[in-house]
Amino acid sequence: MARITLDGIAHAYRAVPRGDADYALKPLHHVWEHGLAYALLGPSGCGKTTLLNIISGLLIPTEGRLLFDERDVTLLPTEQRNIAQVFQFPVIYDTMTVAENLAFPLKNRRMERRAIAARVAEIGEMLGLTAEMGRRARGLTADARQKVSLGRGLVRPDVSAVLFDEPLTVIDPALKWELRSKLKIVHRTLDLLMIYVTHDQVEALTFADRVVVMNDGRVLQIGTPTELFERPDHTFVGYFIGSPGMNLLPAQVMGRHARVDGHVLDLGATYPASPPGGRVQLGVRPEYATLAAGDGIPVQVRRVEDLGRRRLARVALGPHELVATLPPGLSIAGSEAVLQVEPPNLHVYVDDRRVEGIAA
Amino acid sequence: MDHPVAEFAPSLPPRATAPLRRARSAGRGARREGLRRVVLGAYLIALLLPIYWLINMSLKSNVEITSGLTLWPHHPVLDHYRYIFTDPAWYGGFLHSITYVVLNTVISVTIALPAAYAFNRYRFLGDKHLFFWLLSNLMAPPAVYAMPFFNLYSAVGLFDTVWAVALAHCLFNVPLAVWILEGFIAGVPREIDETAAIDGYSFPRFFIRIFLPLIANGIGVTAFFCFMFSWVEQLLATTLTTVNAKPIVSVMTRTYSSAGMDWGLLAAAGVLTMIPGAVVIWFVRNHIARGFALGRV
Amino acid sequence: MNDKAWNNRAWFFVLPVLAFVLFSSLIPMMTVVNYSVQDTMGQNHFFWNGAGWFQNLLDPTTDIGGRFARAIVRNFVFSAAILAIEIPLGILVALSLPRRGWAVGPTLVIIALPMLIPWNVVGTIWQIFARQDIGLLGAVVNKIGIHYNDTEDPVSAWATIVVMDVWHWTSMVALLCYAGLKAIPDAYYQAARIDAARRWSVFLNIELPKLRKVLIIAVLLRFMESFMIYTEPMVVTGGGPGEATSFMSLDLVKIALGQVDLGNAAAYSLIYNLITLTVCWIFFTTMTQLEARKGA
Repeated sequence: MARITLDGIAHAYRAVPRGDADYALKPLHHVWEHGLAYALLGPSGCGKTTLLNIISGLLIPTEGRLLFDERDVTLLPTEQRNIAQVFQFPVIYDTMTVAENLAFPLKNRRMERRAIAARVAEIGEMLGLTAEMGRRARGLTADARQKVSLGRGLVRPDVSAVLFDEPLTVIDPALKWELRSKLKIVHRTLDLLMIYVTHDQVEALTFADRVVVMNDGRVLQIGTPTELFERPDHTFVGYFIGSPGMNLLPAQVMGRHARVDGHVLDLGATYPASPPGGRVQLGVRPEYATLAAGDGIPVQVRRVEDLGRRRLARVALGPHELVATLPPGLSIAGSEAVLQVEPPNLHVYVDDRRVEGIAA
Repeated sequence: MDHPVAEFAPSLPPRATAPLRRARSAGRGARREGLRRVVLGAYLIALLLPIYWLINMSLKSNVEITSGLTLWPHHPVLDHYRYIFTDPAWYGGFLHSITYVVLNTVISVTIALPAAYAFNRYRFLGDKHLFFWLLSNLMAPPAVYAMPFFNLYSAVGLFDTVWAVALAHCLFNVPLAVWILEGFIAGVPREIDETAAIDGYSFPRFFIRIFLPLIANGIGVTAFFCFMFSWVEQLLATTLTTVNAKPIVSVMTRTYSSAGMDWGLLAAAGVLTMIPGAVVIWFVRNHIARGFALGRV
Repeated sequence: MNDKAWNNRAWFFVLPVLAFVLFSSLIPMMTVVNYSVQDTMGQNHFFWNGAGWFQNLLDPTTDIGGRFARAIVRNFVFSAAILAIEIPLGILVALSLPRRGWAVGPTLVIIALPMLIPWNVVGTIWQIFARQDIGLLGAVVNKIGIHYNDTEDPVSAWATIVVMDVWHWTSMVALLCYAGLKAIPDAYYQAARIDAARRWSVFLNIELPKLRKVLIIAVLLRFMESFMIYTEPMVVTGGGPGEATSFMSLDLVKIALGQVDLGNAAAYSLIYNLITLTVCWIFFTTMTQLEARKGA
């Protein structure tokens, strides 16, 4: 299978949905390309698990079609899709040994015994489980159990996509790194499509080739981690990604300039006039809003936080609060300071959506 | 209409409004569901059939009962019920039973609460042995205690009172209450006790104002099981009473010894004894599963 | 569990319970022990009999010894029979119970109903139900040709009592298993679907292992309670026909309260209690071992 296509997939838990609010997943069009690792990122309740279960077949969507390559699999039962899923906590069969656990899906599909043994050994070695093959699953540590869970998903040779539902939740932080690197090895070796659901942006940004940001049942942006960081298409994406998230300031936009609380900023591009009644905001990440000596926008410094590697300053531009970076070597005397923003890193949002400006 | 950013190659034809599709289980799942319903239905019918028969019998006149087998009362009468409600021995029997059951439940839960707390929160000299001994009383055959209790309660002058039965039932209900409550108390983190101590609560105040509300549904489940086991017990209840505190279970045996068995009356009394039980279960129906989940019954 | 504070002040908490247990259990037992080693010629004049009653009781050749031995056998056969039916049936019912939806409440109430009926009423229900003349079961069974009479035929009597106990208590097993099943997270079933596991395999590999603790409790509880059974058989068959359904407790009550044969009754009681105590001890150690292992 080369790709998974979502064509108008939507899901409502009520029998007769009466409006947007009844949809756990709003209508969605997306193509997942084979061989890539995707992260599905979003806060709790945003619909990521729903989407994952639709792809694996544990849930049948109320609307839309699901296609594996060109084949319509929307109603195909789970066991007939060549998909594996790893859950939040390790799901393994306690009464069996590790080897028997790994062999289970193959036995159910009536694979030949020697082929099963070979495949189990191969996957076991890839995950570093060879030493524990004969042990009963019950006594294993959480990360070993999760590896077995993962192994059970990978052991089927016809599997071309693996879905992960926050699999590192129960793993010790010290071991998360090891498991994550195992996942990367598996990805490269087996050349699978991987979809990884998480609410932890660090996990998403380090694991994925592409990140899909979701909120409230909608997909807001899909892109590489860099794209998401540099050019968030939605204020939620700006806020959710980055620590701390993007600053948002209400503003008026007129052509090349924006006015915030009486101060004028150069936008570096020309923006069309915003429709009347729309909510206009300027977005700039703290990384790109620096306090400086010299010219700039006067701000009041409320608090400085020294995080070691960098220093953040909480400042106020009139009534608006934002977070800025305090470069090393600069010290603030009193509570007055000057803020500088580079135009390429200043984004305009109308009703939460980014508007592209025409570069001069 | 807001549409997310699409990475979607427009090679697929545009869709008309999709018909709403309910999540259906595959064919195999539907068959399984049907089998489940059949098994459950058969079991429920098997449970209700003898009960139905009792109700059936209670509404028939004695003439109809003895004249042949009918599947439902052809000439239903309420005579038997009327008799029970008007005859002092009968309704007295019910009153006595309810009285000692309630007494027993209150006593059992009250003295079990501090003990359960101690067993869960503290280690003390002999705690394991005491717990085992307590548990062994749960398994005590009432038959073994019939004679000794007879002597004991006669000796203290409580023979033939509701108190005798209420106290006698503590034999198995107190251990049960301690056991169930201990399970629920185990579910309350010890940090809460510690926090309350730090906040300056005296122990009694902490116990009553903070702790008890936290295990409220545990107390409910415990009270339910105490009620149940006391209400259904018959041997001790009849052994310890003769005239003044005769429980309904004893009154019903009266109809055994009379020459012609008064089946209708017996059936009516039986039906009435099922009502308190049904009422109590209905009230705790949402918590029954939780009580059994502790695995202590 | 080992981080509990050592606090002997806790004895104050358990004092009421202790007092009750002393009153309800220790003192009566002392009188029983007292009677078991004494004999009387009447007029409250007792003399020491040592182990006499016990020797009599445990010797199958004596009158009482034979009776006792037969009663023990009856009890064990009965307990084995009802366990063999109630445990599998209880599991089956638990698997069929709805876990979500409006039907859960009423279904649980109906299931639990037989357990809340006073035990003599249970006996009465089945006494009526099993009669040939006025009972549905008795009439129907005889009509289809099986000879069934629970007052005259030992086999019928046994069958009635076993069926009655199954009717009465299977729900307890079912409810215990139901609680155990509800505790299994959905992810296990979902993973099983992805693994293409068959229903039987799901039962064997997921459900049954998770039900282990619950089933042990169910088996021990049902064994204990069936071993002590008194009221229901008393009402339905009175221990008969003849001696056919005279279980230990019926026998004991007859001796103790009916014949007022204090010595024999006391010895009988103690041996009876010893058996139940042994099983209780097994129960207790198994439970504590299970808890300890779960905590690991």
